[in-house]
Amino acid sequence: MPALRAVTFLLHAATFLMVAGAVSACAGARVPSTLDPHGPSAERIAELAWILFVTGAAVELLVAGALLVALFRRCRERAAPAGGRFSPVFWVVAGGVAMPAVMLVVLMGLSLRAMPVLYPPERPADVRVEVIGHQFWWEIVYPDYQFTTANEIHVPVGRPVAVKLMGADVIHSFWVPQLQGKLDLIPGKINTIWLQADRPGVYRGQCAEFCGIQHALMILYVIAEPPDAFQAWVAAQQQPAQVPQEPLAQRGAQVFAREGCITCHSIRYGPQPVGGTIGPDLTHLASRRTIGAGLLENTRGNLGGWIINSQALKPGNKMPPVPMDGESLQALLAYLESLK
Amino acid sequence: MQRPLSALAETEQRALAESEDPDAARAAAAEIRRTWHDPPGLWGWLVTVQNVPIVHRFMFTVFAFFLLGGVAALLMRTQLARPANTIIGPALYNQLFTVHGSVMVLLFATPMMEAFGEFLLPVMLGARELPFPRMTALLYWIYLFGGLMFFSSVLIGQAPDVGWFAYLPLSGAQYSPGLGVDFWLLGLDVAQIAALGDAFEFLVAILKFRAPGMTLDRMPLYLWAMLAMAVMLILGFTPLIMATLLLQADRHFGTQFFNPARGGDPVLWQHLFWIFGHPDVYIMFLPATGIVSMIIPTFTRRPIAGYTLIALAIVATAFLSFGLWVHHMFAVGIAPLALLFFTGASMAIAIPSGIQIFAWIASIWRGRPIYRTPLLFVIGMIVTFVIGGISGVMVASVPFDLQATDSFFLVAHFHYVLIPGVLFPTFAGLYYWMPKITGRMLSERLGACVFWLIFVGFNLTFFPMHLLGLLGMPRRIYTYQPDLGWDLPNLVATGGAYLLAAGVALFICDWFWNVLLKRGRVPEDNPWQAGTLDWATPTPPPDEGYLYLPIVRSREPLWDQARLDEGDERTVRIIRGLARFPTRWRATLVTSVVDAEPEGIVRLAGPSFWPLVVAILITVIFGAELFSAHALAILAMVLTIAATICWLWPPREERELLLAGKRGQTTLHGLPVYLTGSRAPGWWGMLITIAVLAVGSACLIFSYYYLLVSSGAWPPPSIDRPALPLATLAMVLLFATAPLARWAEVGIRQGRRGVAAAGLGASFALSAVSGALLLVDLARAGFTHQTNAYGSAFFALAGFQCLLLAGGLIVSAVVQVQTWLGYFNRFRYLAIQNAALYQYFVVANGLVTAAVLYLTPYVF
Repeated sequence: MPALRAVTFLLHAATFLMVAGAVSACAGARVPSTLDPHGPSAERIAELAWILFVTGAAVELLVAGALLVALFRRCRERAAPAGGRFSPVFWVVAGGVAMPAVMLVVLMGLSLRAMPVLYPPERPADVRVEVIGHQFWWEIVYPDYQFTTANEIHVPVGRPVAVKLMGADVIHSFWVPQLQGKLDLIPGKINTIWLQADRPGVYRGQCAEFCGIQHALMILYVIAEPPDAFQAWVAAQQQPAQVPQEPLAQRGAQVFAREGCITCHSIRYGPQPVGGTIGPDLTHLASRRTIGAGLLENTRGNLGGWIINSQALKPGNKMPPVPMDGESLQALLAYLESLK
Repeated sequence: MQRPLSALAETEQRALAESEDPDAARAAAAEIRRTWHDPPGLWGWLVTVQNVPIVHRFMFTVFAFFLLGGVAALLMRTQLARPANTIIGPALYNQLFTVHGSVMVLLFATPMMEAFGEFLLPVMLGARELPFPRMTALLYWIYLFGGLMFFSSVLIGQAPDVGWFAYLPLSGAQYSPGLGVDFWLLGLDVAQIAALGDAFEFLVAILKFRAPGMTLDRMPLYLWAMLAMAVMLILGFTPLIMATLLLQADRHFGTQFFNPARGGDPVLWQHLFWIFGHPDVYIMFLPATGIVSMIIPTFTRRPIAGYTLIALAIVATAFLSFGLWVHHMFAVGIAPLALLFFTGASMAIAIPSGIQIFAWIASIWRGRPIYRTPLLFVIGMIVTFVIGGISGVMVASVPFDLQATDSFFLVAHFHYVLIPGVLFPTFAGLYYWMPKITGRMLSERLGACVFWLIFVGFNLTFFPMHLLGLLGMPRRIYTYQPDLGWDLPNLVATGGAYLLAAGVALFICDWFWNVLLKRGRVPEDNPWQAGTLDWATPTPPPDEGYLYLPIVRSREPLWDQARLDEGDERTVRIIRGLARFPTRWRATLVTSVVDAEPEGIVRLAGPSFWPLVVAILITVIFGAELFSAHALAILAMVLTIAATICWLWPPREERELLLAGKRGQTTLHGLPVYLTGSRAPGWWGMLITIAVLAVGSACLIFSYYYLLVSSGAWPPPSIDRPALPLATLAMVLLFATAPLARWAEVGIRQGRRGVAAAGLGASFALSAVSGALLLVDLARAGFTHQTNAYGSAFFALAGFQCLLLAGGLIVSAVVQVQTWLGYFNRFRYLAIQNAALYQYFVVANGLVTAAVLYLTPYVF
């Protein structure tokens, strides 16, 4: 029967696609795959996912197989008198009640066993981070080290990190698939999630709760580094912003003031940052890998384009276009690049 | 070759042959048919209350909305075909997925199941019509106007863009100041009212309009599913309406339910929404399983296996579905122990679904499959729906769900539930019943192509999405960066979507050619040789449905019974009598709930333009609110009430009946014609109304306590605890109305109109005073609905009770006038009985509300 062949082919193709995709996912470096875990929580969930998938595939094959046999068994057998050996109620209870019941109890137990991914590890966290979700970027605060950055979280490898999640405007969701499941950032509520990266690397994350026009481009990176590299990064971030030395950068600082950037962005020259909080803190802008919440690499060209008209790159984000002549822009870029 | 006669036509021929006076019988039949005909022309088209023509336009409208929702989906898939695509910008994309989700769930899938129900219930039950024909008409008009209002937002470029579940604060006035969310709320409110109304039709029809002999355990499984759907519509859509009303209040009237800065909680919206949202999956799915359970026996030529188990599974699914809603909210940050309960419940619902699946497989096993398009869709449904069920079990597991939720895995999961679970059975049902609905067959050859295109296209579209979700792609993103491993699966999905669309397009061609242009085969009356009553009438069913109501002795009467007119002498006499008289008014038989014994004859309403008027007025209310034209809205509301009173006013033929009653003729064919109590459809209607209002009140009480727990200080320190004296007095007065209402009811049963009028009048006065006292107390409170969440919850609950009181006053006033006009006597008093019933509910609700509002702050 063509129907039979087509159905079995589809099932096989689908399974193959799934497995092949998963394998290729492990191979690709940039892919933020839940099946390529790099932390204990994500590892535990991935393990659970495979068990669920294999069980599920077995059930699907069983049901589809039973259906196909029911459809295509030979007519001679059908001629057998009804109510003979075949008791439909027995099979319905066996297949529809007993089998799922046993399976569900087991899966429920496995889920229970994996529940600790929600709980903090037993020893206290080495690093505490606060993540505040804004329409369409992430504010990152290290309360113990007293500095603020944006859209990238640095963590020491192999150490548990407590991440406190808060929403500044609407609901967002924090999701770094290779490290941990997601948790929402809700205004008026504080959620805490635990991260741990077992290997150094850059792990991509993205907002997972629809939060408005630019939900798609609200990206963040978790950067796991060896402890000394992490400490060095912390020390650098704790420094106040450098006062520009070169004349071009100094002129850029004037452009920065003239264009009113400070209404939305803050810079920390002294103990406290000065400026607005609608956009990210720029104290160490030049040290960050990306701009526009993970949208673009932090290069001079990208930064210039972003300043002149970020609306063309990320329509609907909260930064208005800042048109200016080429000379001013070069100066401003020199200034921003000095904010290492 | 002579065409075989329908079972109904055979019955009629036999009845005529056995009749002593065939000419008189023929004349009576002709007159009855005239009574059931609509007036001619456009006027007739506008005023009709017949279920068949209404279902024609209902299904057409539903399908048109389905196509619009599908176009939105295709545009989205086109945008996502490649990374960093720029065909569609973020603003439009966000509108597209909001429109797609809202339309497919609320304007397509749920209404499609209702449309099938409106068509199938009378024919399958062996009744002449649905119990409230004018409401059938009203519901269609409301649905049409609500849908058009919703889509008009697209035309003026203000389509909603906050997702179909419109989470707060994003959908609040601050972050969505435009009209988009208002269009979403108002347009859908109107559509929800339509959904709720069908619950009345289905419940009363199934409980009271079954053919004699169709005991509960002989009901076709489709009717069990529709019974469950009706109950779920009440329990599910009422919370949705309440939630959307609260959101509207927050947006336009300054309440603080969802504002965390004033003690509100945005998560409350999620609870209220998903208390509706999860059961709604089963509101769509259970009727679809009912369709499957009808198709399998027909195309395997054997009764379904495990009838009782399937019926139990349907009931269990409906019950369990209300305990799952939190599994949509695992990532909100709820205590892990609470989550486990919902994991358990979510997994447990796999068992009743498993029962249905295995019962279908067992039926196919026992039978001899006949491969026609409906069966193809059913087979496709079983094979793929299981995948959706399995991924459902997966996401019920909290740890896994934290990765899967809000990712494309979830998109894959619910499309694997809804497309095989609802869309495949919809197409199966369309191919199966199209001949009965329209009188033309669809093409079998095209049907097979339609099935394979849809089946393959669907799997290609949605299977890769599982993978995308696991690869970290969140849902609702209008673009994605290249090199994330998401490119190929997205491209495949887009290709699949076009294939799926081609299948739907082919179906439209099939319909256009064979049905609309009438090129299709004219079917026999029972083209598939099915066994249930829906195939007993001529094709398409005549206006009067069954001139001779069938007598049922089996689950598949057309298979097991040689004749549909054999039964005990009394029933046969009633059935034959009903084919002779009454001729001037539309009558059908009411039977008992469990055993389907005849217990009365009920008059069904005839054509009327009031449903259309009321629908227009209701649309005006919501349309005016859209532009904050409160005065216009209030005017339209008053007119709606007036028009409803006109609508319900006993028409001429009812008054003639009444005169006959005065002369002592209170029965026909030995059955009462003035039905009261549990025999009367109207009494059941009142009971369901009360259920709806009680659920609405319960939602507000839930919100009150939820906010109490979430905000801690209750009332907030700046507000005193509520003063008791006035409220206590109001409650004492209210309580006294219950015995007065009872007095009125007992009085009219004894034929004492004066007593009834006095009882109603006294109850009216005390209710009015009680309501006034409540209003005074509200006015003297040191806070308003805008102060904080406490104030909002307080005013909402108290306001709801005042509205219920006001409704009672209007009902009572109308009934009093009718009492004075002499419309009631000791046989005919349903309206007084209903008014009393409603008053008991208002008293009960008042006492509960007062206890919550006035005592809670002293306890906590």
